[in-house]
Amino acid sequence: MEASGALGLVLGVDPALLSIVRLSLVVSASATLLAALLGFPLGALVALSRFPGRSLVIVVLNGLMGLPPVLAGLAIYMLLSRSGPLGSLGILFTPRAMVVAQALLVLPIIAALARQVVEDLWSEYRDELTALEAGPLLRMTTLLWDARFSLLTMLLAGFGRAAAEVGAVMMVGGNIDGFTRVMTTSIALETSKGNLELAIGLGIVLLAVIVLVNALAWSIGRWAGQHAG
Amino acid sequence: MLDRARDVRTGDSAAGAAAPGAERLLWLRDVRVERGGTRLLDGVSLEIGPGRPTVVVGPNGAGKTTLLKLGMGLLQPSAGQFVRTPGMRASYVFQKPVMLRRSAAANVAFARNAAGLGAGPDAIERLLALVGLAHLGARPARRLSGGEQQRLAIARALAREPALLFLDEPTASLDPAATKMIEDIVASIALRGVKVVMATHDLGQARRLAGDVILLAGGRVAEHAGGESFFAAPASEAARAFLRGDLVL
Amino acid sequence: MLTRAITFAFILVAASLAPALAQERSIVVASTTSTEDSGLFKHLLPLFKVKSGIEVRVIAQGTGQALDTGRRGDADVVLVHAKPQEEKFVADGFGVRRFEVMYNDFVLVGPRSDPAGVKGGKDIVAALKAIAAIASPFVSRGDKSGTHAAELALWKQAGLSPAADKPGWYREIGQGMGAALNTAAAMGAYTLSDRGTWISFKNKADLVIATEGDKRLFNQYGIILVSPERHKTVKAELGQAFIDWVISPEGQAAIRDFKIDGQQLFFPNAGTGS
Repeated sequence: MEASGALGLVLGVDPALLSIVRLSLVVSASATLLAALLGFPLGALVALSRFPGRSLVIVVLNGLMGLPPVLAGLAIYMLLSRSGPLGSLGILFTPRAMVVAQALLVLPIIAALARQVVEDLWSEYRDELTALEAGPLLRMTTLLWDARFSLLTMLLAGFGRAAAEVGAVMMVGGNIDGFTRVMTTSIALETSKGNLELAIGLGIVLLAVIVLVNALAWSIGRWAGQHAG
Repeated sequence: MLDRARDVRTGDSAAGAAAPGAERLLWLRDVRVERGGTRLLDGVSLEIGPGRPTVVVGPNGAGKTTLLKLGMGLLQPSAGQFVRTPGMRASYVFQKPVMLRRSAAANVAFARNAAGLGAGPDAIERLLALVGLAHLGARPARRLSGGEQQRLAIARALAREPALLFLDEPTASLDPAATKMIEDIVASIALRGVKVVMATHDLGQARRLAGDVILLAGGRVAEHAGGESFFAAPASEAARAFLRGDLVL
Repeated sequence: MLTRAITFAFILVAASLAPALAQERSIVVASTTSTEDSGLFKHLLPLFKVKSGIEVRVIAQGTGQALDTGRRGDADVVLVHAKPQEEKFVADGFGVRRFEVMYNDFVLVGPRSDPAGVKGGKDIVAALKAIAAIASPFVSRGDKSGTHAAELALWKQAGLSPAADKPGWYREIGQGMGAALNTAAAMGAYTLSDRGTWISFKNKADLVIATEGDKRLFNQYGIILVSPERHKTVKAELGQAFIDWVISPEGQAAIRDFKIDGQQLFFPNAGTGS
């Protein structure tokens, strides 16, 4: 049967496969962390500020959660191309470009969800934080910290999105053998070559990683509920 | 957000009227607070001075919480003048206090840090001990009982080393044992020189703790008198009705 | 615990973004999917790396896309198989000079049942005419690739233009060779494939070679250095080193030695004109 043949191939643990899996995890994890470093404060800022056009910003942020990966890839490609504005960085067709493209993809998710969580928490904490005379920076850090378990779940959701996409990394990474090839682009490649068994095997690995990540998110949520109230 | 108040806020001296002297901490003149078309307070003129606790009583919706929030600076008057003696740090304990999602000790530490005070373990322990929570410092604050959370809120408020402490019905949802504990804490705080302004439903509590009593009804001051005289010989008809249990709004 | 986690996060991000040391001695070569899929580069590049210390990174795209990548300066060298387009590339100033490298050939594959009756033939033009005559399904890559260009040229030689007329039996899929073969196998259709991809294709199902060996099916590869005058960032020296090696006797021998299932796929012919 195709699937078991596929699993056999995969469990043979080919070093090339291992490095593909490793690259996938490193790229998506880095992208998610980068997106979080930017997205958490951004979301908190929008949650706590009032300015003209705020509703529009929120709608756009929410909408960008659905940014098609291939479009994100195209945008970053145009920026990083040697003919483009940031071409002199020379990072096109390297893992760094892939991190940037995936970070772009994940940023709206994290910022939009962080904004929602922080805003909800703010409505609960507003009176107390005002009475305790917490300044704007302290408010932001307090809300982000107290929302840490929701934010962690968000991180994992962002990671899942990054790990599952192929359009962006294909475009800015070029799927170079041994250098920018990740699980999703490998699956696409092997499928196009007709190596369906291998493609399915890789797909199983990818699925396992994503399921593992989701299981982690779920158990963190449970632990948080039990321990921090 | 609010209509411009006539003069002030804490610290500015009111133009064209006598500024509060050393004897007065809070000073209101013809204050009106309006929200969404409703007059929560109307034509309120009061002076609150240092010393024993001031207890605010009155039926539901009389404006007790509004008065306290005004005193704390959480609200601005829509009209009239309000002055608080400058340089006084105030703290506020809400009727339903909200705990931060961290340990009890961390909640107290937060309050210290926000007030720019040192948050060393000794200070924290001292504050927790004051409210009888020294053994629960490490417990997540949200997993404390109602009475414990109320006490923690007081510890948090005291962590700021306030000169003025507002308490909004601190024992409203507590059992008699917890109530007694909190009343003892309030009494000892007052003895240590912190001015307490407290709203309550519990007339017995008011009688036990009050230095002076303010009776609010329908957003207005019905009576403001010393504790003993208020309960023994109330001057106004409203007060008499209230003490009989006949005053609803 | 949190500070440790954040520190770890920073390190991870920084590490992934830190410049790779191999960056300095590396070039980007834009080539075609069929060439990459054949496995030629996996065979060739390690030999070059040992010889020169230069890491070659291959972006495999369709010919049109590969040349576009060269035009943008995102590749240092292009290696494709579409002579007219390559010559235009150089004429327009995007490339320095075109060198012939090798040739491989295309084969016409189709269902074993051979509805068009062309199996075993050596005449590709006649075969295409027969396919059109009985309106047998035909899968086209339709993706501006070298294979696609060759296919269109052959239709033209047969006096037909299905790409323009779009009859129902002509199916353009806009994808690579593997996808085209998959589709042809599933549909029981004919399609034009490079021999290399055909040999390594694992999903042949009911497909067999219907026509081969016609000289018109030969597929010439050219290699071009992207012009450093157009794009200052092109690694001209390293790129030229690669080109020099590929057309040298050593490189040409390496190409000849590359076999799949004992069959030689690419026939080196550098130095036979450009």
